[in-house]
Amino acid sequence: MTPSSPHDKSLLADLPRLALLSVLGLIFLMPYIWMISVSLKPLDEVWRASMSLIPQTFAFEKNYGRVLSEVPIGRYLLNGAIVCFGILVFQLAFALPAGYALAKLNFRGRETLFAFVMLGLLIPAHVPAIPLYIAFAQTGILNTYAALIAPSTISVFAIFMFRQFFRAMPDELIHAARMDGLGEWSIVWRIIVPNAWPAATAFAIFSVVAHWNDLFWPLIAVSGKGELATPALGVIYFRTEEAGDDFGALMAAATITTIPLVAAFLIAQRRFIEGITMTGLKG
Amino acid sequence: MSDVALPLGHAAAEPAGERTHRGEALAAWLLTAPAILAFVLMLLIPTAAVVAIAFTDYELGAPALRFVGLANFAELLEDRGFVTSFRNTAFFVAVTTPVSIIGGLMLALLIESGTRGRAFFRAVFFLPVVSLMVAMATAFQYMFHPTIGPVNAALRGLGIVGPNWLGSSDSVMWTLAIIGVWEQIGFNMVLFLAGLTAIPRDLYAAAEVDGVRSAWSRFWTVTWPLLGPTSLFVLTITMIRSLRVFDIVATLTQGGPNKASEVLLYTMYTEGFTFFRMGYSAAITVVFLGAVVVLMLLQTRVLDRRVHYG
Repeated sequence: MTPSSPHDKSLLADLPRLALLSVLGLIFLMPYIWMISVSLKPLDEVWRASMSLIPQTFAFEKNYGRVLSEVPIGRYLLNGAIVCFGILVFQLAFALPAGYALAKLNFRGRETLFAFVMLGLLIPAHVPAIPLYIAFAQTGILNTYAALIAPSTISVFAIFMFRQFFRAMPDELIHAARMDGLGEWSIVWRIIVPNAWPAATAFAIFSVVAHWNDLFWPLIAVSGKGELATPALGVIYFRTEEAGDDFGALMAAATITTIPLVAAFLIAQRRFIEGITMTGLKG
Repeated sequence: MSDVALPLGHAAAEPAGERTHRGEALAAWLLTAPAILAFVLMLLIPTAAVVAIAFTDYELGAPALRFVGLANFAELLEDRGFVTSFRNTAFFVAVTTPVSIIGGLMLALLIESGTRGRAFFRAVFFLPVVSLMVAMATAFQYMFHPTIGPVNAALRGLGIVGPNWLGSSDSVMWTLAIIGVWEQIGFNMVLFLAGLTAIPRDLYAAAEVDGVRSAWSRFWTVTWPLLGPTSLFVLTITMIRSLRVFDIVATLTQGGPNKASEVLLYTMYTEGFTFFRMGYSAAITVVFLGAVVVLMLLQTRVLDRRVHYG
């Protein structure tokens, strides 16, 4: 990346480093390599336990066809997208104005609110699960998109992050807008939101990765072989109810559900790494 | 800026300033109201409720509930299943934390020590962080399959009889820990890479002038001391992430064989949502929350120190 750093080496001197990284990288990629390889193999070849990565006969259509015909995998992917999008929209709609108010407005109770934000940061998403489940069961909204989305609509972490971000923004910008007669709502909508894009993108990536991959809450909120399964649930259903030991079809399902995020990551690598580590504080 | 008022307009400015102040407070409450409402409904009340439920014998569908004091917590201590679960979680944290931190640091140093292929290798090791863990877990299930899995096939090639990785109670936690390290190492690597780039280049030059020549002593005299804050931060974050292990257990072992891979969140899940023993499950949640809070407070203290030193 940097064209000449002090420890720039010749290719020959760099070779041991590259070789070691390549070997380690290959070990790391093994699950992906085998996942794709097995997803292309017919069943008998999988059970022959051959170490060859390239299938002797390709069973692409059979394995992927089985996934497509036996479970509504497209629906699962769509569910994942709907849930992630719904969560993100609410998180931003709640956290952006709150973050702005905590950073830039003077009002009594601000310190108390911020103390609650810090308190909220201590609580992992698994903790409120039991009362939320009981409440959702009694109001009859289990097995709905609302049940999947609602508990994640509030991200104290997003509030915290946007507050930090807005604090670094110059006050002059807001004063100038007030001079021009803009109300607080218009300031948020016309000045704050457009300027918050870098932080919002970073948070969006973090949020989508977290919720696309989440298993814990969907497992609780959606039961039976629901039409509402997210990708993670879909893989589990397919495994326990359909595929069992049919590793070819199982790996095909795994590949299909892993591809969307991995593809997005490979396209926008730097943004992903920045987004996830910048917001990685949440752990 | 706005505090600078002309003496002439001073008297007139007072009421107007008060009005904007009240307007500002009103705007602030309106802007925070949706967040406050969601926070109270989805986080604050449920968290308070889970602590309250932990002191009752509440079961879903039961007609009544009784306050039982610390009975649930007393039962936890007697419950062999819970004790195993707690011990397994501690084991998982104790293995994955040091390995994924030291591994992440070594990968970061290795990538940083040259200029070729940086972005490529960073992406390779980071890939697990963005991958659907449930799907990758099934890939691991195949790889660690005792008869047809490539891991044991490779071991057979070396003349070693591989274990029944996920199927035997002796090896199942080790196997899950391997998967846990694979999942976490790239994240730690990226945090260390950020820490490494923040180290000023001239410090290395200065160290060289002072006679620090080998890469080994350069690491211990410059890199490691300056990475200190990053490392402590990575330590607490990794421990909390490890503590939350759930997906791979739910996908691969369901706590088995014979409860050998029960972990806190999975035990909490089965007690609460399979057996509907909400009171007991809530008590496990409280133990989990307690552990996370202790680690988080540790982290905040570390972060405080980081600010002072920086």
